[in-house]
Amino acid sequence: MSNEPLLSVKNLAITFSTPKGPVNAVRGVSFDLGRERLGIVGESGSGKSQTGRAILGLTAPNGKITADQMQFHDLDLRNLTPRAWRKVRGARISMIMQDPKYSLNPVMTIGDQIIEAYREHHKVNAKEAKRRAIEMLESVKIRDPERVFNAYPHEVSGGMGQRVMIAMMLIPDPEILIADEPTSALDVTVQLQVMAILDDLVRERGMALVFISHDLQLVSSFCDRVLVMYQGLVVEEIRASELDQAKHPYTKGLLNCLPKMDGNHAELPVLTREASWAEA
Amino acid sequence: MNAMIDISKLNAWFDDNHVLKDVDISVPANGSFGLVGESGSGKSTVLRTVTGLVDDWEGNILVNNKELTGTRDKAFYRLAQMVFQDPFGSLHPRHTIDRILTEPVNIHGLGNSDARVVEALNQVGLDNSFRFRYPHQLSGGQRQRVAIARALILEPKILLLDEPTSALDVSIQAEVLNLLTRLRHDLGLTYIMVSHDLAVVAHMCDDIAIMNHGRIVERATATQLAEGKLDHPYSQQLYKAAAGYDRAVVDSFVDWD
Amino acid sequence: MNSHTTTVKPGLMQWLTSDTPQSRFQAKCGRTWLGWLKLTENKLAMIGLSIVMGLILVTIFAPLLAPYDPLAADLANRIQPPGAEHWFGTDQLGRDILSRLIYGAQYTLLIVGLVAITAAPVGLLVGTAAGFFGGWVDAVLMRVTDIFLAFPKLILALAFVSALGPGIENAILAIAITAWPPYARIARAETITVRKSDYIDAARLQGVSNRGLIIGHIMPMCVSSLVVRVTLDMAGMILIAAGLGFLGLGAQPPMPEWGAMVSDGRQFLLDQWWVSTVPGIAIFVVSLGFNLLGDGLRDVLDPRGGD
Repeated sequence: MSNEPLLSVKNLAITFSTPKGPVNAVRGVSFDLGRERLGIVGESGSGKSQTGRAILGLTAPNGKITADQMQFHDLDLRNLTPRAWRKVRGARISMIMQDPKYSLNPVMTIGDQIIEAYREHHKVNAKEAKRRAIEMLESVKIRDPERVFNAYPHEVSGGMGQRVMIAMMLIPDPEILIADEPTSALDVTVQLQVMAILDDLVRERGMALVFISHDLQLVSSFCDRVLVMYQGLVVEEIRASELDQAKHPYTKGLLNCLPKMDGNHAELPVLTREASWAEA
Repeated sequence: MNAMIDISKLNAWFDDNHVLKDVDISVPANGSFGLVGESGSGKSTVLRTVTGLVDDWEGNILVNNKELTGTRDKAFYRLAQMVFQDPFGSLHPRHTIDRILTEPVNIHGLGNSDARVVEALNQVGLDNSFRFRYPHQLSGGQRQRVAIARALILEPKILLLDEPTSALDVSIQAEVLNLLTRLRHDLGLTYIMVSHDLAVVAHMCDDIAIMNHGRIVERATATQLAEGKLDHPYSQQLYKAAAGYDRAVVDSFVDWD
Repeated sequence: MNSHTTTVKPGLMQWLTSDTPQSRFQAKCGRTWLGWLKLTENKLAMIGLSIVMGLILVTIFAPLLAPYDPLAADLANRIQPPGAEHWFGTDQLGRDILSRLIYGAQYTLLIVGLVAITAAPVGLLVGTAAGFFGGWVDAVLMRVTDIFLAFPKLILALAFVSALGPGIENAILAIAITAWPPYARIARAETITVRKSDYIDAARLQGVSNRGLIIGHIMPMCVSSLVVRVTLDMAGMILIAAGLGFLGLGAQPPMPEWGAMVSDGRQFLLDQWWVSTVPGIAIFVVSLGFNLLGDGLRDVLDPRGGD
């Protein structure tokens, strides 16, 4: 893990204008991302997804981004033109969405989609591209790559679809991978298998991974460092291994309110939210 | 104690897919039974078959000592109600909460709908200000409370819970689970709860069955589950997965397709 | 956006946008208000709305607005070009075209209105029943619908009017008969997408009957796309009515129906262009108005958007 950050975000704020007035989705989020696995955890509406989307320039048109700094290497992400964004997005910073069903083209075989994506970045002939595509499917631990190569997206399971998405994201060899709830539509065991693939890729390729999730326990068992977000603010930043020493009452509350497998049917502790948590 | 729900040799089909294979479940009155499994295990189909949403089934279902036949009558719906998984999909987007709660009261001719709606909202911890809102004006947790209120307004003895908290944030999940525990206690309800989350089921239920591909592969009590005393390798794998991410554990996983 | 919020009294504004309505009525008003705000953001839809409102106002106030009697012939002033006396000129019988246009608005509105309130409910009923029950009900209803859809609308309307005899009532009836099948198709498609949803299952488990499900739960989900489609179709209905009028099968002389007016002027089209062109422009503008409004309504009413 090098000390020099790939991405440095300072005081990021996102405001959406809605018919009912402006909504502050993100309020002053700062973090540095090195070659590591960073988790962003929060409940719905905490601004975790919006933070991820802002790094990719995918904020909806009615949202306004301000930041003191959004530096990716020598690029200032704050005022990139749409053209410049296209060179960064996908190629150098990539994203895995929650549901692979909506990210894959339903009328093209998976193999054709991978080949198409591959040849956009590499000048190779069709035969070579196919060989590479099969290799890629193998690299995301798909046991029968030939079958998946010839299958249409609806013919594979959700976990398989997500692996295919990961394989496609990796073609241009991005430096940062943003995964927004990439496994929450999957079964528990499949979820962990997909995470294992991400884990290996991060290690082998030295990528930075931003893992956005609502599941604090899962994220902390997987990431190096966790940002806990609440109502657009980062309320706590903590090393994943030190989660049991969390200080902020919100983080502690999130951990406590999970049901535990101890055969105890007593009331679960509930999170009592305090207004002061939401004050910047 | 007499069983409130007694299901034996239940088989069900979707077209040519045999989705339930010889499922036996027995739940005593005021008991709470948990069905755990991954997607496609058939766990939700058990509930949908009991409520009459699945047409093609065979076997015996006894509810309150009455054998169920092809169609369910109104009396059945007063006895058993269901709470769906997705609170965003289970409330009609064009109906106010008031309408959603009033309709069943009128259909069953219970009368006094105003007072009943207020009471049902109170039972699930929502105040009267929610009454005339549309579902889209509510948060996920509030919607799920409304869905529970809708199920309760007919004063059923049985609640069938289909992943009632899986679409909710964990802090909201805790509130809804507490609410369900309290309601079971206060109203003497009988639950069958379906979930993919072992911890939720272990917390909520006395008896648990683990399903895979339409079959119950293992039965356990909450205590056995807490101690991890599971025999079937599939259940053991689920149990390990529930503990979080561990590279070594993941490598030991086998696909159960 | 903000310019709207400041022009309304704050009390009413709060009542409308309240997140905690106190009555069914307030909830409904609040929802309508948000829809209205969204519609006002769409400039083209507002142009469409003003054209339609204009048509309605002209219909109501025709006797006040029209400078002349639309039926009074004045043979001394035949085919006068547009000028100070007659803004849009006069026709071959010396009747003032502007006045005929103003009185003709009511026929256009009548045709459109009557067709909408007869064809839309029929289509809705057929479509939701077919989609909900499926099986042979679906097969029978949809084959009947297909038979109607197989003919071009104008040809079918022509056939009906020829059988029923010319006249504006029969024209309306014929247009209504040709208009419902597309609505049945739309309603069926919507029904099929919603009938499997959890909220329909939930209602079933409350003991709601099939009739109750169709009327209370499924129809409200179809209505918005239907309203949009009907509004978009109104332009077409006006054109068919005008077409029938032009062929002498719709409104009968001396009724100032726009299509008939276009037809009347066609013998003088090259030298006295205004006799045909002015009602033609009126048909065009009103059709456009309904079209723009329909497009705007689609954005507001689409059940999949927003909420």
